Amino acid sequence: MELDPLLLSRIQFAFVVSFHAIFPVFTIGLASYIAVLEAIAFRTGDPVYQKLSQFWIRIFAIVFGMGVVSGIVMAFQFGTNWSVFAYSSANFLGPVLSYEVVTAFFLEATFLGILLFGRDKVPPGLHLFAACMVAIGTFISSFWILSANSWMHTPAGIEMVDGLVQMTSWREAIFNASLPYRFSHMALASFITGGFVVAGVSAWYLVRGRNPRSSRKALRMCIVMLAVATPLQLLVGDLHGLNTLEHQPIKVAAMEGHWETRQGAPLILFAIPDSEAETNHFEIAIPRLGSLILTHSLDGEVQGLTSVPAEDRPPVGPVFWSFRIMVGLGMLFIFVSLAGAWQLWRGRLFESTRLLKLISLMPPLPFIAVLAGWFVTEIGRQPWIIYGLLRIEDAVTPSLSGWMALATLLGYIAVYAVVFSAGLIYLRRVILAGPDPIEAADDDRAARPKRPWSAVPAGAVELNSQRES
Amino acid sequence: MELIDLTLIWVGIIGLGVFMYVLMDGFDLGVGILFPFAPDDESRDAMMNSVAPVWDGNETWLVLGGAGLLAAFPMIYAVFLPALYLGVFLLLAGLIFRGVAFEFRFKAGSQRHWWDRAFFGGSTVASFAQGAVVGAYIQGFETDGFRYVGGAFDWLTPFTLMTGLGVVAGYALLGVTWTILKTEGRTQQWAFRLAPWLLGIVLGFFVLVSLWTPLAHERVMSRWFDNLSWLWLFPALTLIMALAVFHWLRKRAEALPFIGSMALFALFYIGLLITQWPYAVPPDHTFWDAASDPGSQLFLLVGVLFLIPIILGYTAWTYWVFRGKVGSGGYGH
Repeated sequence: MELDPLLLSRIQFAFVVSFHAIFPVFTIGLASYIAVLEAIAFRTGDPVYQKLSQFWIRIFAIVFGMGVVSGIVMAFQFGTNWSVFAYSSANFLGPVLSYEVVTAFFLEATFLGILLFGRDKVPPGLHLFAACMVAIGTFISSFWILSANSWMHTPAGIEMVDGLVQMTSWREAIFNASLPYRFSHMALASFITGGFVVAGVSAWYLVRGRNPRSSRKALRMCIVMLAVATPLQLLVGDLHGLNTLEHQPIKVAAMEGHWETRQGAPLILFAIPDSEAETNHFEIAIPRLGSLILTHSLDGEVQGLTSVPAEDRPPVGPVFWSFRIMVGLGMLFIFVSLAGAWQLWRGRLFESTRLLKLISLMPPLPFIAVLAGWFVTEIGRQPWIIYGLLRIEDAVTPSLSGWMALATLLGYIAVYAVVFSAGLIYLRRVILAGPDPIEAADDDRAARPKRPWSAVPAGAVELNSQRES
Repeated sequence: MELIDLTLIWVGIIGLGVFMYVLMDGFDLGVGILFPFAPDDESRDAMMNSVAPVWDGNETWLVLGGAGLLAAFPMIYAVFLPALYLGVFLLLAGLIFRGVAFEFRFKAGSQRHWWDRAFFGGSTVASFAQGAVVGAYIQGFETDGFRYVGGAFDWLTPFTLMTGLGVVAGYALLGVTWTILKTEGRTQQWAFRLAPWLLGIVLGFFVLVSLWTPLAHERVMSRWFDNLSWLWLFPALTLIMALAVFHWLRKRAEALPFIGSMALFALFYIGLLITQWPYAVPPDHTFWDAASDPGSQLFLLVGVLFLIPIILGYTAWTYWVFRGKVGSGGYGH
């Protein structure tokens, strides 16, 4: 069997970037939440908020750590597996990624040290400042990385000279056509992810009757935020889709499962797309609704996949299905958030056990939705690495052999399997232990055993091992 | 010819960035390399606590090195990484285990020794890989334009094995002198006993590399011996600095050995640059061949000149916040 370095490199990139993306998407939202908690604690002096903040900082520390170590892999992935792409787009990608490092990574990394270990070493105001810097850093970071990513989808401000990217306008390249939509979509996704994790854990405590005071506060904050953010995400997602239709119509055709260009296209709810036969099997569709959504007219023309040659189309099945998973989960998020907000408004949220149980099951789902969304946009970009300008098969490292790509792919899978499972185990421990009791707020330093600096007080872990045994 | 040579400025900036990385992540990787040799768990706790608040910021200089190379010298990025493909994987795998060990070790309970091993193994493998990169840079690369055309294992030679081990020893020296600075009691006494031995080993590697490099590489031989009139200063200064560190260790000075070790690294580093100058991708491409467009270099330069001082400022402030001796106990958060 001939190992294909191109295919293996694509699998490797998909694997390491997916594994990395789940951490920032959570920490961007959580960092903002921690900053808000710190600010309330700073202004009111209410120990409940301080305990909540300390608890979520422990979770943040583990997740952010995994984000950092999986992120450092990304910094070298372009060079190791896609060196032709790296070299040819270096004039744009290099400065943008460097700006990400100097405006965001240093800020996050340095102030995280203060946030985690500096509570007793700096005045409270400075500690709050550190929390804000970490939160701001996460946003600046996502701005730059999404600018680079958006530019690969909607390249602008450049011309290709002898296969190399030459800049014509920095402003047009950085603020390219899809950046505003992608950035808003991703920022909202981060808030929804962070919100459902915090809401889910808080609801789980309430079902079990643990930490009622802090859990109610946390759940209320999240439900209010989610009730705004989830419907808003539907709107932003729709606008993002229309922007994609304008610049990458073939991607949208794959998302919608449209093979033929036609007026009055249906909205396909279910189908098995078949790239060989260029048709869908078992199609269930609503007539004309596709055109209505995409063109805002019942008989607007929608471009189909067959309008371009087969070698210029993305793989239809994965794009089509990922899109449906993302949208389906999005609808579920809206339903759960609005149900929660309704019960909260009636003052019955904390008694509705069934709803609380449902909310406590939510935390894994936003991650799946985010990954599905990335699959839609990135697989939908195929076969281009820079849309319309550079094909993936021309971008891969020429000296890379199939076995080298396979060896490192297996290596990353093994390393991530160990690290990720350990991380999940320790996250579970921290969540089982829960926030520190509020009464102990004032004398806990005296009572705390001598233990190294880490995000989890020793007592919590020991308590747990007893509870679990 | 322009008024200002942007490429030269960028050699300076990337050079500074990589050097910052070597010094800062050098001592915390060094702490990891020394982990199994520490007298007891309490010492290990203290050593880990001494770098826990700062390691992430230190490692960020490596990311800046990677991104900065892509921005200013894309040819280096596009040749080194494919050429060192398997070495880069080892480096990253090492950094992953080292990085998560910080958070995981203290939560592991009875499994803690596994994360001790991950911290040691990750730090050592990452340090070795970095040393092998230095060796490969001296060796040179087989290229066709910006494309690497050599084999998967060309970088792995007896020479690069030796430079890899040399950097492991060098980082261990930075780690042990950092430990002297930040700890007290039994941990510090152990570090004082170990430091002179490590310094001796590092000097041994320095002599070995200095002899081996010109013998194995024509280019270096001619360069060194054409400029002997002033190049002899380097080994002389290195020797004087090493003797000074020995002396400070004997006098039980706490900060001076660490500062002296950093000065030694600066000498090695400048020596390497002089040896390789002006080649970015030896034996064929100079820094000017490897450079990106002046427009891109300038666009990034504006921001970097403004931001690097700010970064250095708040980094220094963090070190100030966490100044002084670290206990093995301490406080969580």
